[in-house]
Amino acid sequence: MKPAPFDYARPETVAEACALLSEAGGGATVIAGGQTLMPLLNLRMSQPFILVDINGIAALKGVSREAGATRVGPATRQAEALKDATLARHLPALVKALSHVGHYQTRNRGTVGGSIALGEPAAEMPATAVALGATIEIASVRGTRTVAARDFYLGPYMTVLEPDELVTGIVYPDWADGHTVLFREVAQRPGDFALTGLVGAAEVSGDRIGRVGLAFFGMGPTPIRMVRAEALLTGASLASLDVDAAAAAGVADCAPFDDHHASAEYRRLVGKRILAATLSEAFNLKVAA
Amino acid sequence: MSDIVSRKTVAMTVNGHRHSAEADARTSLGEFLREALGYTGTHLACEHGVCGACTVMVDGAAMRSCLMLAVQADGCEVTTIEGLAAADGTLHPVQQALHENFGLQCGFCTPGVAITLAAVTRDNPQASVAEMELAMSGHICRCTGYQGIRRAIRQLAGETPNPHAEQH
Repeated sequence: MKPAPFDYARPETVAEACALLSEAGGGATVIAGGQTLMPLLNLRMSQPFILVDINGIAALKGVSREAGATRVGPATRQAEALKDATLARHLPALVKALSHVGHYQTRNRGTVGGSIALGEPAAEMPATAVALGATIEIASVRGTRTVAARDFYLGPYMTVLEPDELVTGIVYPDWADGHTVLFREVAQRPGDFALTGLVGAAEVSGDRIGRVGLAFFGMGPTPIRMVRAEALLTGASLASLDVDAAAAAGVADCAPFDDHHASAEYRRLVGKRILAATLSEAFNLKVAA
Repeated sequence: MSDIVSRKTVAMTVNGHRHSAEADARTSLGEFLREALGYTGTHLACEHGVCGACTVMVDGAAMRSCLMLAVQADGCEVTTIEGLAAADGTLHPVQQALHENFGLQCGFCTPGVAITLAAVTRDNPQASVAEMELAMSGHICRCTGYQGIRRAIRQLAGETPNPHAEQH
């Protein structure tokens, strides 16, 4: 199995990469880890004229702190992010989600930003960016812009990125120290695409839930932010929290589909159950059988 | 400005030996190792990142050689299955454990399995059974039913083999 022929360039700066993308006039594809792109190339589902390899751009790698936020370079390998002390301290939900991305072997090559820019609807990284309220930094020869992760995804593998644009950073806002991590995923085998999964964070103070961010993956054409469940949970008292109502509100925003792995009905049912179970476990609530 | 190329000379070190050969931009690392350099121990099967048979170490990390281009491995150090055993033929502990526990049958998936276990145990000599089994989620084996591989993993983790363990 061979990809269709393409040319290859390995720029060393963001400016060079942007110039290559611009000159290619839509015929170029960016490769970072390539753990999803390479199968698409090998199967000839993707046939770019030029592959722009961003692995040589040092500025796109690594994790850094900004005022009230953590910035992840898009070409940071998933395996490196998984071991990163800054992420462990500030973004435990991201680290938890990363441990479910692909397999040991693909995390050694796959990148955080590659997964985010590609927009596979069942992937953990896009949903995590949506749930945590991340901002995506984008560059092109026309300038730079930032887009909220919540406005970034249009459909399966479709994002607001123009063909000449490159993701240059993902900025995750801080959540209060000691915040609660919400994560659960159902897949046929570890490392397989999720049939359904959820990720999020919640700030709890005393009996009251403060800020909440929640998103489903594998539950529609894009990661699905649980707008209604977030509204119901924000400010709620743990003592009187109706977990089943919150779970019902969570799946109300979803649009799951049927495929040969699972039906939409199954995804909706399991999605609701894992949301109820995750909330009960996270907030130490008794589950109503 | 970086060059745009459709073909280039790729230099890499494989199992300690330096090599250099021409590669099309679209040639995968796995195909390059097999066809250009003759390291046919690396087995390409699904070629879309599912089966794990083609796993090699690139700069010490286990990766799928079908999901990486040869041109991307320019300047890298690669370890293939041919590089695991010692020069005198003494098997790597992972190979020995797979051998002793019927962890292979037809052998097609084995180079990838052995490379993954070698990488995991090198990074963490105290790797637990659970850790090694989780890393094995990246491999498909059609022959062994996995139980032989799991027995090899238990041996690598220093567990005493259970004489009543499931046998084939």
